[in-house]
Amino acid sequence: MTPTARRRIDQAVSSLAALSAMVVIAPLLMIFGFLIYQGASAVNVDFFIHLPKPVGETGGGVANAIVGSLIMIGLAACVALPVGILGGVYLAESREPRLPWVVRFLADVLNGVPSIVFGIFAYTVVVLPMRRFSAFAGGLALAFIMVPIILRTTEEMVRLVPNALREAGFGIGLPQWKVTLHVVLPTARAGIITGVIVAIARVAGETAPLLFTALGNRFWHQGFDQPIAALPLQIYAYAIAPYDDWHRQAWAGALVLITLVFVTSLAARLATRGRTVAR
Amino acid sequence: MARSVTLVEGASGRAWRPPAATRGRVGRIGDPLFRALLKGSAWLVILLAIGLVIALAWESSGAVRAFGLRFIVTSTWDPVAGDFGALPFIYGTLVSSLLALLLAVPLSLGAAIYLAELAPAWVRPPVAFLIEMLAAVPSVVYGLWGIFVLVPWLRDWVQPSLGRWLGFLPLFSGPAYGVGMLAAGLILSIMVVPYITSVAREVLLAVPNAQREAALGLGATRWEAIRIAVLRYGRSGLIGAVLLGLGRALGETMAVTMVIGNRPAIAASLFAPGYTMASVVANEFTEATSDLYVAALVEVGLLLLVVTIVVNALARLLVWSVGGPAAGARE
Repeated sequence: MTPTARRRIDQAVSSLAALSAMVVIAPLLMIFGFLIYQGASAVNVDFFIHLPKPVGETGGGVANAIVGSLIMIGLAACVALPVGILGGVYLAESREPRLPWVVRFLADVLNGVPSIVFGIFAYTVVVLPMRRFSAFAGGLALAFIMVPIILRTTEEMVRLVPNALREAGFGIGLPQWKVTLHVVLPTARAGIITGVIVAIARVAGETAPLLFTALGNRFWHQGFDQPIAALPLQIYAYAIAPYDDWHRQAWAGALVLITLVFVTSLAARLATRGRTVAR
Repeated sequence: MARSVTLVEGASGRAWRPPAATRGRVGRIGDPLFRALLKGSAWLVILLAIGLVIALAWESSGAVRAFGLRFIVTSTWDPVAGDFGALPFIYGTLVSSLLALLLAVPLSLGAAIYLAELAPAWVRPPVAFLIEMLAAVPSVVYGLWGIFVLVPWLRDWVQPSLGRWLGFLPLFSGPAYGVGMLAAGLILSIMVVPYITSVAREVLLAVPNAQREAALGLGATRWEAIRIAVLRYGRSGLIGAVLLGLGRALGETMAVTMVIGNRPAIAASLFAPGYTMASVVANEFTEATSDLYVAALVEVGLLLLVVTIVVNALARLLVWSVGGPAAGARE
């Protein structure tokens, strides 16, 4: 090949690569644009403080679904936070040969398991024995999804803590658990919080695992052992319904959901900005 | 994320246990307890994985006993007669996922190459950030967009013209419903692109610079250096990235359910409605009245679990082989 031909190919491939990067981000702009175009008009104060209205009545809101989502995320965090953080510290600090490798590998594999499968799991371990759909079951399904994410970020962040800090702790005679609780974890705190936020942003939008665990509800929270509403479930129900008014509600709900997810992701990213540079 | 290099070599080992002389009395009771607590949490992850498989196997045992292997090779799905065969769902899952990969892989690799190798430094962070945001969009939002934007567009524009020019192929024949396999493949490709792109980008970033410099030093152009020295070096990791995308596509539920048409039939045409394993579980689980019906749906879930575990395990090993265990950890 002549040098000119090679240079031409180089230029062609470079432009193709740049073009594919543009094509890849185009859907994001299209989706966000449409959400604002369709949803912004239906987002108002009522939307955040009212219950859904029956078919035929205009207006109404998704306040119960927002509250329901928050309750289930809270339940999920209560389970997933301790397990994920303590397990992550174990992965980073253990010197055993095999177990950390196995756990790390399983966590990554679990991270790729479809969320609906976690829904089935929560159904078999909570809904079947209790004989009813419940906020508990939904929260647990979300917790299963959160654990691997929190575990792996915590591990990464704890690994970043300089060894000199641990040695300083040991040097003044602290036991291992005090070094971890008072030196290592506070140092890694910002990174771990980021991991938690990322996990929350991920499960906040999950619909599939809630379909047959939380089930959905058109009323306010009625106890942890009762079916409960969630914002993604409500969007789904509105989207597949045949009513124009509900479609507007679906767009509005999606706009609220995606804004929440983006804002939390952005916050998480800004919080660790300094850290990724240091790596 | 940036290349994850462990900053503290040996952080895993030497710091774990201080010399016995420095440990106080509390340490003697507190440390074993604390270590047991940490280890217990790690074991919970193992238990979660094992419990997942056992619970699904247990709940689906009725269907496994009733149908055996017939379950995955027959295509009757008749809840009233209690006769279940999952072939249409398996077919729908495979076809929609492969279609998605066909569209997503070239784009993702192109974007990853651009971001890791070619883009000016100031372009990289914002574009990488937008791609991460694409991964953060909830599935149900993609589905909503699919129903009201993608499906009408396919029905009114794409499918009529595809049918006019390529209608002689069975692939593009039949009426244009909008909803169907093509819509599912398209929405899936949009959804898996960010996963493949960000893992592929990390793999490329993990390729040592000496590789590039050696090729450039021999007089290669930038693209030749990428092709010869970078892509080949990172090949197994890139295959892993594609497999991770495949795993996502296989298990993706809501968006697909909303645009695929949900009809348990095997059709040659991409325009025809189909059904996937994840969608049938999502749609029919709460309506399942008989024990056998529930068991059959759980077995579909179990199949999905097994397939995604295999695909993901393979993908992780391949990605780790290039980038180390930290690569792609948060995807």
